Amino acid sequence: MDTTSKDLKIQLPEKEKALDLLYQMILIRRFEERSAALYTEQKIRGFLHLYIGEEAVAVGVMDALSKDDAVLATYREHGHALARGMSAESIMAEMYGKVEGCSRGRGGSMHLFDKALKFYGGNAIVGGHLPLAVGMALANKMQGKNHIAVCFFGEGAVAEGEFHESMNLAALWQLPVLFVCENNLYAMGTALEISESEMDIYKKAASYKVASSPVDGMDVLAVQKAAKAAVDYIKSGKGPYLLEAKTYRFKAHSMFDAQLYRQKSEVEEWKEKGPIVTFTERLKAAQLLDDDTLSNIETRVRKEIEHAVQFAEDGNLEPLEDLKKFVYST
Amino acid sequence: MLEVQQDTIETTYREAIRMAIREAMQNDERVFLMGEDVGNYGGCFAVSMGLLEEFGPERIRDTPLSESAFVGIGIGAALAGMKPIVEVMTVNFSLLALDQIMNNAATLLHMSGGLFNVPVVIRMATGGGKQLAAQHSHSLEGWYAHIPGLKVLTPATLEDARWMLAAALEDPDPVLIFENSTLYNKKGSISTEVNKVNIDKASVVRNGKDLSIITYGIGLSKSLEAAEILKNEGIDVEVIDLRILRPLDTETIIQSVKKTHRVLIVDEGWRSGGISAEISARINENAFYDLDTPVSRLCGEEVPMPYAKHLEHASVPQIETIVKQCKNILQHERV
Ligand SMILES: Cc1ncc(C[n+]2csc(CCOP(=O)(O)OP(=O)(O)O)c2C)c(N)n1
Repeated sequence: MDTTSKDLKIQLPEKEKALDLLYQMILIRRFEERSAALYTEQKIRGFLHLYIGEEAVAVGVMDALSKDDAVLATYREHGHALARGMSAESIMAEMYGKVEGCSRGRGGSMHLFDKALKFYGGNAIVGGHLPLAVGMALANKMQGKNHIAVCFFGEGAVAEGEFHESMNLAALWQLPVLFVCENNLYAMGTALEISESEMDIYKKAASYKVASSPVDGMDVLAVQKAAKAAVDYIKSGKGPYLLEAKTYRFKAHSMFDAQLYRQKSEVEEWKEKGPIVTFTERLKAAQLLDDDTLSNIETRVRKEIEHAVQFAEDGNLEPLEDLKKFVYST
Repeated sequence: MLEVQQDTIETTYREAIRMAIREAMQNDERVFLMGEDVGNYGGCFAVSMGLLEEFGPERIRDTPLSESAFVGIGIGAALAGMKPIVEVMTVNFSLLALDQIMNNAATLLHMSGGLFNVPVVIRMATGGGKQLAAQHSHSLEGWYAHIPGLKVLTPATLEDARWMLAAALEDPDPVLIFENSTLYNKKGSISTEVNKVNIDKASVVRNGKDLSIITYGIGLSKSLEAAEILKNEGIDVEVIDLRILRPLDTETIIQSVKKTHRVLIVDEGWRSGGISAEISARINENAFYDLDTPVSRLCGEEVPMPYAKHLEHASVPQIETIVKQCKNILQHERV
């Protein structure tokens, strides 16, 4: 079952909730647009992978989690970090390489962490964090905690052995882990059809006896509903779950990418299905949103980002003598 | 008046490698290129740009993210008569294929009592300098140089970028080629004449009498620049480009030590147990009494690479630190 709120008429949540979901998606979008500009100004360096177009996935899934659940993401994780509740300041300062950043400037865009929010990165080895999520789920189970571990990854990661080994062990040991595959159709320049013999990722789960379903990743309500169902399933002790969110990345893989591997028209078609435009329209049609409210959200977001940029600009550099700090704990 | 002019072309390190791949593909049907994003994307460092159009998807073969499998597949294809060039995006991701490289490529010949050789070439980018932090920036070629059965090449010049691949493909055994990612844009001119370079000798890139810098990869250009600065201060530095980390050309190193009596090893890799330690040990074993000062090393700081620019800069040898260290070595002696 492909859950799309429009098809299945997923009920709109109450106004406050709906506006919050919209606000979060807009925050992520504007934060990343600003980050891209700052990259051009060379304030941010290294790799910068934008999540633009995929916001509904992180926002919808995070909404279904409790604060005790652990979250693991990839290098394309600004959206997940913001949706989990990390401040725009701590992320921006991180990308500026400042001590005030969430990882003290050691990690940069690809390695955001937050202990209080149980946000375990920011992993830049494709597939590398899947076993970690399974391990965290194992620990939860062994300690009798009813918390889950949630792992986000692209469909590219599904070709790695770690995906298969993790799925098998999670099912074999009946572990409370939610795998969220963000299938945006391309792994860098490699299209799904030249990398997977079975292109419906969620179907792979069956061979491991892992429950799974696909969901329209452009629809925040559909994602939220599917994630909620998956989390309930896992928390009721039935074992792991794989959610495949069908989505699309609107921008380049990272900042340098001629995008020779896809047609401009394809990108444009997906933009029409964009998570923010469609949700905005739906809210307007249901009279939960008017132009004033929308512009208030935009203003609030703009201020938050301005504040974050200023915070990052004002931040400090780690003294050189501390270079070798944190190689060991003591 | 007749002037014989050797033909040269302006090129880059990246284009030089592309020329080498193209030529190998044209000359030998068995050669094919395989790896993540080598085709439609044009290579993550744009090395193979345009080759898909020229040779088609059978021979410029995009793979999914499956390092262990496609490196192993390259080894298998080599066993069965092909001449694969496997591209792994960077050395960081090659760790997922370490088992195949070490337990299959490096061992099959010996384990089979000489029955099966593995003529595979595995290329990958290495090194830091781009603020890519702790999972994308290390120089692990020294690790690979620990493994008997492998040859480990580190082209640092345009000539080697252009010609080492042919030598590697001619070799009956597995050859790893490490391309420092900060070199891809390096420009220069090279001769169009066929240059059959060896893949077992280091090269003395600059002659000097006061001190020998032994280095490779990105360390070469930094060391050469440092040598220029030192020249202005009356210090005459010899610079050796190792070119190949395994087998290590001990002879060229020792000859240089016997000439200058002072050594600085420059290596972006971590110090403990690294290739610099091996070089130092060989000098001590073979030329201890020729040394006027202890062997000195400048290596990568022993820290996972930090993102922040100033921290990353401080994590690896730089021209300034090389200059300073050379002066220290000469000072040390005068004290
Ligand atoms: C093991 C490994 N191999 C290769 C890379 C280089 N790389 C980074 S992202 C990427 C594509 C990943 O695609 P996907 O998993 O679909 O996620 P997306 O980037 O589309 O979000 C590649 C090949 C890497 N980081 N790790």
